[in-house]
Amino acid sequence: MKLSSEEIEILRIMEENHKISVESIALMVMSSEESVRKTIKKLEDDKIIMSYPTLIDWSKVEGQENIIAMIDVKVTPKRGVGFDEVADRIARFPEVSSLYLMSGGYDLSITIEGKTMNQIATFVSEKLSTIENVISTTTHFMLKKYKHDGVIFSSGDEKDRRMVVSP
Amino acid sequence: MIEDYSRYVSETGKELKPSGIRKFFDLAASMEGVISLGVGEPDFITPWNIREAAIVSLEQGFTSYTANAGLLELRQEISAYLDKRFGVPYNPSNQIIVTIGASQGLDLAFRAILNQGDEVLIVEPAFVSYSPLVTLAGGRPIPVSTSPANGFKVTPEQIEQQITSKTKAILLCSPNNPTGSTLTKADLEGIAKVIEKHDLIVVSDEIYAELSYDEEFTSFSSIKGMYDRTILLNGFSKGFAMTGWRLGFVAAPKPLTEVMLKIHQYTTMCAPNMLQHGAIEALRNTYHEVEAMKRSYRRRRNYVVQTLNQIGLDCHVPGGAFYVFPSIRTTGLTSEQFAEELLLQEKVAVVPGNVFGESGEGYVRCSYATSMPQLQEALKRMQQFLESRKLVSKA
Repeated sequence: MKLSSEEIEILRIMEENHKISVESIALMVMSSEESVRKTIKKLEDDKIIMSYPTLIDWSKVEGQENIIAMIDVKVTPKRGVGFDEVADRIARFPEVSSLYLMSGGYDLSITIEGKTMNQIATFVSEKLSTIENVISTTTHFMLKKYKHDGVIFSSGDEKDRRMVVSP
Repeated sequence: MIEDYSRYVSETGKELKPSGIRKFFDLAASMEGVISLGVGEPDFITPWNIREAAIVSLEQGFTSYTANAGLLELRQEISAYLDKRFGVPYNPSNQIIVTIGASQGLDLAFRAILNQGDEVLIVEPAFVSYSPLVTLAGGRPIPVSTSPANGFKVTPEQIEQQITSKTKAILLCSPNNPTGSTLTKADLEGIAKVIEKHDLIVVSDEIYAELSYDEEFTSFSSIKGMYDRTILLNGFSKGFAMTGWRLGFVAAPKPLTEVMLKIHQYTTMCAPNMLQHGAIEALRNTYHEVEAMKRSYRRRRNYVVQTLNQIGLDCHVPGGAFYVFPSIRTTGLTSEQFAEELLLQEKVAVVPGNVFGESGEGYVRCSYATSMPQLQEALKRMQQFLESRKLVSKA
């Protein structure tokens, strides 16, 4: 879909901070609040804005740490629908936080999140592996998150080291 | 023990006025919790690929001197950059010198062209170093005042009024620090006619070239007939967020770079080797980051200008750099009073306009090179300041 430069600008601003007020966005793109509100609604309706997730570093919150695993899955594609049917089925499990079709040594890359190792093991052995057309799975547990969705976790980079006044 | 050093200090050194910015820095630095709109540098940290290239060059042992004019490889990149971005071809082997920031480039330019008493026209409000550097080189800085009526742009007529038989050069800075005003190609063509008529040299400070928001930047040396009369200054500080690296460059006709290179080799030898490797990477692979930073500044400029106007401080829309220069005349305060009282009452640091020359009185410089939440808070505090003191006559 071809978007106007103002629509793209609004998307970029909201990608950085979706909590920013419509008033501020309107000032930044030199437009009216009414027009910005309409644009955002249109972008939501067109599913260009998909959702407004909040990026949280749960590892910092005691008792809320999740176990995350990335699973490489080999699948036999099905005549007529290829990988889509099985991928669609896997995507519906709430444990699955992301799912991609990949090129290379395996077909699907799945990220799942669980509270315990056992929860993940159960999902893989009882739900994922038993799906028809799934040939094999390789599970990798994520040990530490350094960067996610363009955001660097636990970096001192954002500190402003400039002097208060400079020429 | 010597108690009085005045007989040892040079007359020129004595006469130099300390920068008004320094005074304000001391005051702001002594306070805690200050939101600063007083910084003249990007809030972005140098893109990682550039930092990494410098680290690698250190690992590989690039710790020696380079050629006086800088690494040939860097000069070739600068030459390609100037040609591709601004359409001004310079020979990397004898027309480009890598300097310690554009500031050293300015110093070289003035020392290379000025004899005792030569006059240099400085378009004001102006960056604080211009006049002192002219004085240090033995010249006389002559201010050419601009006004907000014309968006702080200098006109050919204003220039012509100040020209005397001693006028040697004019210094132009577009986009400008502190006003952010940007001269268009047509503006520059008008100025070029005066330059040619009076046989002047132009020192063109183009350090904010990458931060031109509303139209394509035009280099003065690309204007017809001006290539031979222009000393072009630029650098990595602003566009590439590399202020602390102190890397700039000067490009000029060969007879001028030859003189500048002699001064450079005796005073400085060369720019640091490892940092020049970072600069090569900056020019080769940082286009997307520069564009992204520029987009971010542009948004913030729009936000700040409109909000200042809403809270009652008249502000023109600057075409480039990362400063706005709102009028504070309606408050009845001088720019120093305004900045000082705003700092003490609301802990927001802005720079009084008078430090940039007489025509800056009645204005303050606010840098929007700081995060949106900080800008929002700073503007809220400025509004509180104006309201609490009933300082703005209009609603």
